[in-house]
Amino acid sequence: MMKKILTTPISDEAIKSLKVGDIVYLSGTLVTCRDEGHRRIIAEGIMPKLPMDRIAIFHAGPIVKDVEGGWEMVSIGPTTSMRMERYEKEFLAKTGVKLVIGKGGMGAKTAEGCKESTAVHAVFPGGCGVVAAEQVEKIEGKEWPEFGMPEAFWILKVKEFGPLIISIDAEGNNLFEANKVTFHERKDEALAKTSKHIVSMIAKS
Amino acid sequence: MFVLDQKEMMTQTLGKFVDLVSKELPDDVMAKLKELRVQEEQPLAKAIYDVMFENMDKAKKLSRPTCQDTGVIQYFVRTGAKFPYLGQLREILKEATILATKSAPLRLNAVEVFDEVNTGTNVGTDVPYITWDIVDDSTNVEIEVYQAGGGCSLPGRSIVLPPLAGYEGAMQFVFDTVVNWGINACPPLIVGIGIGTCSNSSALLSKKAMLRPVGTHNPHPKAAEMERTIEKGLNDIGLGPQGISGKNSVMAVHIEGMAHHPSVLGVGVTIGCWANRHGVIRFDEHMNYEIVSHKGATL
Repeated sequence: MMKKILTTPISDEAIKSLKVGDIVYLSGTLVTCRDEGHRRIIAEGIMPKLPMDRIAIFHAGPIVKDVEGGWEMVSIGPTTSMRMERYEKEFLAKTGVKLVIGKGGMGAKTAEGCKESTAVHAVFPGGCGVVAAEQVEKIEGKEWPEFGMPEAFWILKVKEFGPLIISIDAEGNNLFEANKVTFHERKDEALAKTSKHIVSMIAKS
Repeated sequence: MFVLDQKEMMTQTLGKFVDLVSKELPDDVMAKLKELRVQEEQPLAKAIYDVMFENMDKAKKLSRPTCQDTGVIQYFVRTGAKFPYLGQLREILKEATILATKSAPLRLNAVEVFDEVNTGTNVGTDVPYITWDIVDDSTNVEIEVYQAGGGCSLPGRSIVLPPLAGYEGAMQFVFDTVVNWGINACPPLIVGIGIGTCSNSSALLSKKAMLRPVGTHNPHPKAAEMERTIEKGLNDIGLGPQGISGKNSVMAVHIEGMAHHPSVLGVGVTIGCWANRHGVIRFDEHMNYEIVSHKGATL
């Protein structure tokens, strides 16, 4: 099967062609952005000094090594996206970011934001920081260094970055929210069985 | 030849060990992940296992931390009362953390409390976090290092239930915690459960349970049966790797317990992610050491 690759600047057509569960890769500009970055942009209304329109952001805090004349990416994997749920919808509208990459799902508000701003959320497998670092061709810059290594904005040039599993598409379909319903149904059943077994085992004594 | 003193030797050895633990998963975790990978049938879940194994290969080959979140470093010290460097061990562990932070390198994760400023060194007030147990009268010490990222620390919690809630209430707490919070903690998970008498004893027992080698069971037959039953129950939910859904949810469920006050039942839950970076090293009084968790590894 052909690798599906998104390239920045990402067009609305490319975003609309993606469905939850699809696997894609990204080439182009990827900027790390976590809790502090979202808070500053949305709650404080301060924009970083870099163009964000039609690029991708990565909920990630990397390990970066200082080298002569710049930085070297050592390990960079996704962090929990749900932490950014509070601000992501407004963030998409304000910045024009088209692809949000992280770990785990995001909620109904972000799904709404993806629909309104024609954007998607995708998952990079967690704990795979070396695979991701190897796909970073260059660290082009750093914004807001005062946030510290994990929270600063790292501006990256990536090549075929992925696999990225689409978890919210531009129609607002939400893979993790759908899974959650299934998991909770299965949980009720599994919990009832487990409890019954354990309670009867304890009662035997 | 320049001869290092014993304290310096231990510091350097431990520094290298913390570095190693950030880059190679311990034998027990590796063995279990291989087993679970084979069982997986769903294409998306299989694709994720492929990336996980590719990542572990690359981390080892390139000598880089397998996950970018190398945690706030935690040490669990199990010592004999006569280990001669006990008084200097806190300083040794702190220095070893600084060494590994530079050599690995580890991510700078220590944010100073109240000031909320990154210390830039991975050490700070009471960090590295150290738990001390005097286990016997010997001259040996066993040190376990654990690198828990934020994602798998987030679900950890403890609760103190009234006695009538019983083990049924405890199970509700465990299952709710895993399903509501475990998805973002990078499954397949290691679930540690502590049955104690207050919030801190239950929480600490659950952490110690989580760190027990995968594939071992609590020596109490009822606790071992609980472990198997809960593991089966959680796997039936099928969180799959990264919570994307799949065959399994967990690598293991471990339970530790203590006698408790009759009017309370404390329950603690600690979650470990698939990239479970823990390691055990044992020293004698002459600084001879043995790596328990990573057979064949050299420092």
